[in-house]
Amino acid sequence: MTTEKPGEYPYTRGINPDAGVWTMGQYGGFGTPAETNERFKMLLEQGLTGFSVALDLPTQLGLDSDDPLSLGEVGRVGVAIDSLEDIEILMDGIPLEKITQVRTTANSIGYIWAAMFVALAEQRDMDPNKFGMFIQNDVLKEYIARGTQIFPAEAGLKLSTDVIEYIATKVPRWVSLAMSGYHIRESGSDAIQEVAFTFANAREYLDAAIARGVTVDQIATTLFTFLSSNIEFLPEVAKFRAARRTWARLIREKYDPKEANSEKLRIFAFTAGSSLTAQQSMNNVVRTSIEMLAAALGGIQTMHVSAFDEALGVPTEEAAMLALRTQQVVAFESGVLKSVDPLAGSYEIERLTDELAEKMWEMLEEIEKRGGALACINDGWFSAELSEKAYEFAMSIESGERKQVGVNIFKADTPPYKPFEINPESEKGQVKALQALRAKRDNAKVDVTLAELHRVAVSGENIMDACIEAVKAYATVGEIVNELRKVYGKWKPTRTF
Amino acid sequence: MAPTRVVIAKPGLDGHDRGAKIIARVLRDSGFEVIYTGLHQTPEQIVTTAIQEDAQAIGLSILSGAHMSLFTRVLELLREQGSHNVLVFGGGIIPEEDKAQLLKLGVGQIFTPGSPTQEIVDWLQGALKVNI
Repeated sequence: MTTEKPGEYPYTRGINPDAGVWTMGQYGGFGTPAETNERFKMLLEQGLTGFSVALDLPTQLGLDSDDPLSLGEVGRVGVAIDSLEDIEILMDGIPLEKITQVRTTANSIGYIWAAMFVALAEQRDMDPNKFGMFIQNDVLKEYIARGTQIFPAEAGLKLSTDVIEYIATKVPRWVSLAMSGYHIRESGSDAIQEVAFTFANAREYLDAAIARGVTVDQIATTLFTFLSSNIEFLPEVAKFRAARRTWARLIREKYDPKEANSEKLRIFAFTAGSSLTAQQSMNNVVRTSIEMLAAALGGIQTMHVSAFDEALGVPTEEAAMLALRTQQVVAFESGVLKSVDPLAGSYEIERLTDELAEKMWEMLEEIEKRGGALACINDGWFSAELSEKAYEFAMSIESGERKQVGVNIFKADTPPYKPFEINPESEKGQVKALQALRAKRDNAKVDVTLAELHRVAVSGENIMDACIEAVKAYATVGEIVNELRKVYGKWKPTRTF
Repeated sequence: MAPTRVVIAKPGLDGHDRGAKIIARVLRDSGFEVIYTGLHQTPEQIVTTAIQEDAQAIGLSILSGAHMSLFTRVLELLREQGSHNVLVFGGGIIPEEDKAQLLKLGVGQIFTPGSPTQEIVDWLQGALKVNI
């Protein structure tokens, strides 16, 4: 029987002594800011307490909606944001102070997102510390797994660190970084790599920010981790427990914090998109229910449940609603919140937790020996490890060793499903609005702020203040990124597989 | 006999390359010579690579929903370059309706999530009439 108590170091059993309901933040966004604003208002009326803004790929890659490379991608996998004007529309009529958490997939453009919400708060005459902004800002995992990198990795790290430094010192209520293992797992890793690669990335940010004179306590208390909740129930429950233990040990042993809160790992869990199947897609409701129960029993702070039709397209309104209802049923009907870490003491859970925590630590040490996360990104070691695991996984499904209902066992024809359709006019509308903005704003002011941004970037100082000024002048995402590209250069794709 | 060359490409801005890399590896293990383009390729870059490498087929992997514009553009460019004999196929999150339309436009085949890799290998060998 374990003697460790919830809310005590190393927090295997949870960061709080008592159970509490997690933040239900569903991920969504598509088309124009106005269309997404409407969907968010609907979800807020239905009991959502936080939400996540999915950004389209051009925005995530720092391209304006009228860039030739954006053609066909505007508003596809998320909402298009070109300038502060789009954020004004996106958040129109939404009281920021009532929302516990606004998350976003801004990584390579984390600094622009942060700047836009600082500017929005200023417009509303509001202290940005009065609402919870949760910026993903984990650019390093983009090079490993998610693929929206813009600059060479060193520059990416520098910009993410600018955001972390700014938030840690000026807006400590915000989450400056979601250390993201989810995408690493989705790219094929196992649970050990998911956590170890992620914490190794986190060390790069921590070391870089500490080198600027920010304390570990200022930074660590603004962090979250973003992990997958996958289909194998017991190992996933154990993973959340092991991740907390590993983080607490890492911070204590390597960073010597003064505050206990710095050692507490806050977790955002997201059900695994890669576990969902296009075949017999309604089965995915069952899969995500199991996955989210694992996360709930694993003691997480925030959760997203995937919509069952994700393998088929952008979720429909009905599918998005069912995902939220799944959370509500588990939280309010199942009784899972009556106690903290209720599986503690189970032989298998404790055995798995010990084993995973030990292996996570070993892998962190191996990465350290290899020169740290940045070195493992640049020499391709992380990518090679993931490709190998992804290949093994695919082969285990093909051989039938790993079973998937509807895919390699119990196959059946299912009626064709009609996924959500993006309004084809959205892209044109967004491009038109952008062009109208360029015509009506004070372009001389835009040029001055961009020149200042350029100067600050060359100097190596934190670019946040200069970026906020550019955003307030309605410089676009593409213009800001282009200016910085002149300073930092471009990331070059690799052809290995 | 010269090896059969296939370009596996990630067109557009989508960064999800787990599937593309698996297919590249499976095709290589089945005897094809595979060139993987890496991320963020424009249709122009992909077609240029295919022509330079003298590839007989191009496989496009798209999960972002931009498949209609990207497939169409690749087909157009191949036609402009007089390379319409290059077989274009692909995979990703592609709704049935779009799949039917793409096949009509001249795409050889579309493989959606869950397609066994052997099915892709068999189809490609058949379509290119190669017996590796």
